[in-house]
Amino acid sequence: MANKMKVRAWIDNGKTTVKAIIFHPMETGLRKDKASGKPIPAHYITEVTCEHNGKSVLGCLWGPGVSKNPFFSFRFSGAQTGDSLKISWVDNQGQTGNSEVKIS
Amino acid sequence: MLSKRRTFLQAGMAAGTLAVAAGAGLLTPRDVLAAWPEQAFKAKKYPDALQALAGSAEPASSDAVKVKAPDIAENGAVVSVTVTTDLPEVENISVFVPVNTFPLSASFEMSNATEGFITARIKMAKTSDVIAVVKANGKLYTAKKSVKVTLGGCGG
Repeated sequence: MANKMKVRAWIDNGKTTVKAIIFHPMETGLRKDKASGKPIPAHYITEVTCEHNGKSVLGCLWGPGVSKNPFFSFRFSGAQTGDSLKISWVDNQGQTGNSEVKIS
Repeated sequence: MLSKRRTFLQAGMAAGTLAVAAGAGLLTPRDVLAAWPEQAFKAKKYPDALQALAGSAEPASSDAVKVKAPDIAENGAVVSVTVTTDLPEVENISVFVPVNTFPLSASFEMSNATEGFITARIKMAKTSDVIAVVKANGKLYTAKKSVKVTLGGCGG
């Protein structure tokens, strides 16, 4: 799953900054395939959970209005270098992905 | 504490994704988000989306919420928006684009260790305000930024 998501998390002055990008088409379901004229089915991430040491620090609820290959960034406190950050996502078709990184 | 934050999202008609995720062991029951607010995400008008999401369509305009987004977005498919607030006890930051087919773009739930700061990339169908609604300490606050879009972003 390594190529499905890139995550960087680092501590500066007690605050952990997280930058993450999840590779996902985020299809709105409103587009039509140019060749066949058929609508391309909606396929977008609906939920993302970011956990530090097993506790959720960010929950994301997304719709099709989030850009393709969604990038997001947030900050939280209470972590230490070497702690683990886990990001998990699920989409409207039931597909899932997750990645775990060490906070540097 | 998280239960208080979950009540922010009413009308929770789960699309079943939560059940799938919980079953797959990705989201432990204790940390599970409120059910995906289908009514809010499928609403076609901003006030309806906000009402479905937050139970109220009347947030107070606030200088303590800042929306950073480009004055002109060349590509409406990818518009980077950063919402910051120094309001204490931020529970939720949500982003809306009223001109989109579905005005609610994204909603972020903060833990009590999480800062009032979020950056995300959203789609904009055309020139519009980007509206941020922040729930802090049980109240709703809002700010917006007008973004001019030269190339519409829903792929049409």
